[in-house]
Amino acid sequence: MLRFIAKRLWHSMVLAFIMSLIVFMGMFVVGDPVEMLADDDFTEQDKIDLAIELGVDKPLYEQYFSFAGNIVQGDFGISFVHNRPVLDLIVERLPATLEIALLAMVIGLGIGIPLGIYSGIKGDSRASRVISFFTTIGYSIPNFWQALLLILVFAVFLQWLPASGRGDTNSLFGIEWSLLTIDGLRHMALPAINLAIYKICMQTRLARSGTQEVLYQEYMTFARAKGISKQRLIRRHLLRNILIPIVTITGLEVGGLIAFSTVTETIFSWPGIGKLLLDSIHMVDRPVVVAYLILITLMFVFINFIVDVLYAVLDPRIRYQK
Amino acid sequence: MTDMNAILQIVPALRSNYRTIFSRYILAKLGLFGFVGFIFVAVFAPVIAPQNPYDLMILDIMDGLLPPMSKLGNGTTAWLGTDAVGRDILSTVMYGLRISLFVAFVAVFVGTILGVLLGLLAALKGGWVETIIMRAVDLKVSFPGILLALMLLAMFGTGVDKVIYALIIGTWASKARLTRAAALSEMKKEYIDAARLAGLSGWRIMLRFLLPNSIAPVLVMVPMSLSGAIGAEATLSFLGVGVPITEPSLGLLIANGNDYLLSGKWWISIVPGSVLVLLVLCINVVADRIREHNNPFLQPKG
Repeated sequence: MLRFIAKRLWHSMVLAFIMSLIVFMGMFVVGDPVEMLADDDFTEQDKIDLAIELGVDKPLYEQYFSFAGNIVQGDFGISFVHNRPVLDLIVERLPATLEIALLAMVIGLGIGIPLGIYSGIKGDSRASRVISFFTTIGYSIPNFWQALLLILVFAVFLQWLPASGRGDTNSLFGIEWSLLTIDGLRHMALPAINLAIYKICMQTRLARSGTQEVLYQEYMTFARAKGISKQRLIRRHLLRNILIPIVTITGLEVGGLIAFSTVTETIFSWPGIGKLLLDSIHMVDRPVVVAYLILITLMFVFINFIVDVLYAVLDPRIRYQK
Repeated sequence: MTDMNAILQIVPALRSNYRTIFSRYILAKLGLFGFVGFIFVAVFAPVIAPQNPYDLMILDIMDGLLPPMSKLGNGTTAWLGTDAVGRDILSTVMYGLRISLFVAFVAVFVGTILGVLLGLLAALKGGWVETIIMRAVDLKVSFPGILLALMLLAMFGTGVDKVIYALIIGTWASKARLTRAAALSEMKKEYIDAARLAGLSGWRIMLRFLLPNSIAPVLVMVPMSLSGAIGAEATLSFLGVGVPITEPSLGLLIANGNDYLLSGKWWISIVPGSVLVLLVLCINVVADRIREHNNPFLQPKG
C-alpha cells in the first residue's frame, strides 16, 4: 500500500511539474504586458524600466526558475490591474466560490440520487420516461443559457430573487459567508440552482444506470428471494452498491463545479475566483491568470491523487496492477 | 484502396441500423430530422436568409431594435425582429448556425480521428509510445473541458481557429482511451496473429483490421461529442473568449442581446438561444437513443 501511495505521489508531482511548465510556456505567447500597461506618453526607456520592474526582460528559463521558486514560497506575484498580491486576491474570493459549489453539490446529490434510484427501479414506466426526458433537457441547455433564463424569469419578471452580487454576509472563523444570512441565501439561490441543474441531471443518470445494473445482480435476486422488505433491500443492498461510483465521481466533480463556476459567477456577478479568472483574461492580467491556473491544477492533481488512493483502499486489485 | 473500402463498410451497416434504432422512437426520429434540418439551413444560409446581415451596404440603423414582425425601411418584414444595428435576427441566426456547426463539426471530426489513431497506435505499439499517449490522456481527462478551453484561449488568444484547437483538445482523449480498450481486446483474437504471420506491416494491420473492428464504441460517442462541442463553443463565445465579432456564432449572438434582455427587448437573445437549445436537444435525443441501442444491459429481453 505504501509503495502504491509513493508511486501515485511521484506521478502527481511529475504531473504538477508538467502542468506548471505548460502554463508558464503558454502564458508567454500572450500579448506583451509592457505594451498593455504602458501609457501613450511612455518613452522607450520607460518601457524598458517597466520590463525590468516586471522581470520580463530576463531569459525564459531564468524566468521559469524564479517563477517556480516563488510559487513554492507561496508568492504568485502582484496583479497588474489590482496592484495587490495575487494570492490575497484569490484567497479572499475563494470562500464565495466554495460556498456556492458546496450548495450546488448538496442540491445535486439530494435531488439527483433519489430521482435516479426511483427512475431506475421503475424501469420503462411513464414516470421514469418523464424523468429521463427532463434530464436530457437539463443536459442540453448550456449552462450560461440556463443562467440567463433564470435571471429573466426569477429576477426580471417575477422579481423574487436578486440576480447579482453576494448580499449580506456573516463572519465565521474570520471569513465572510453568504450562507449565514437570509439576504445572502437569497443571493445564492439563482447561481446555486444554475450550477446544480447539471449536477442533478448527472447524478440522476448515474444513479439510474447504477440501479439498473445492480438490480439484476444475483445477490439482489437472492435478497429478494429471502423475503427482505423493499425498504431494506433498497437501503442496504442497492444504495450501498451504487454509492461507490457516485462517491468517486462526486469527488472528481468538486473540481468540475469550481471550473464551471467561472461561467455562473460571471453571469451572476458572484465575486468568486471564477469571475476573477475571466476578468483577468479580458484585462490580460497575467499573474492572476497564471496563479489561478497553477492553483486549480494543483487542486486537481491533489483530488486525483486522493481518488486514486481511495480506489485502492476500496478495491485491492488496483494496488497490485502494474 | 482496400483499406479505404474496409472503412467504408461501416456505412451500409449504419444504414441498415437506422430502422432498428429509430423505428418506434418518435422523439429520436424528430431529433434526427430536426438536426438534418439545421444542417440544411446552415449550409444554405446565404441562399435562404432574407438578407446578408454582414453586408454593411444594406443595413439601416433606423431599422434597429425592432420587435418581431416589424416592417423594415426597405419594405420587407423582419419576422423575428432586428438587433441594435438593424440586422434581421432570422438572418443572423442562420449565419450564426453556420459558424456554430462548422466549428463543432471540424473540431469533433479532427479530434475523433486524432483520438482514434492515437488509441490504435497505443494499442499496437505498446511500450513507451503507449505510456506517453495514455499519460497524456489521463492528464487531459482529469481536467474539466471548459477550464482547459479557457486556459488555452487565455494563452493563445481568441479566434475561430483557436476555438477549434481548444475543442479538438477537448475531444481526442476520451476517443483515444475507448479505441485503445477496444483495440486491445481485438488484438487478442487470432486473425491479428494471422495477419502478423502473413507479414503485413503494423500500419496495414492497424488500418485494415484494427480500425474497422474497434471503431464502433467511438462512433456511438460522436453525436454526444458534437452537442458538447456546440455547447462549449457557445459558452466560450458568450464569455467573449470564443469566435470574433466579425464571425458571430449563436453564443456570441446571445451575448450581443444580453444587454437588451433586461430592458424588455428579449428577441435579440431569446431567438438565437432557443435555436441553440433546440439544436443541442435534437442531437442529444439522437445520441441517447444510439447509446441506449448499443448498451447490452438495456437490450429488450427475448
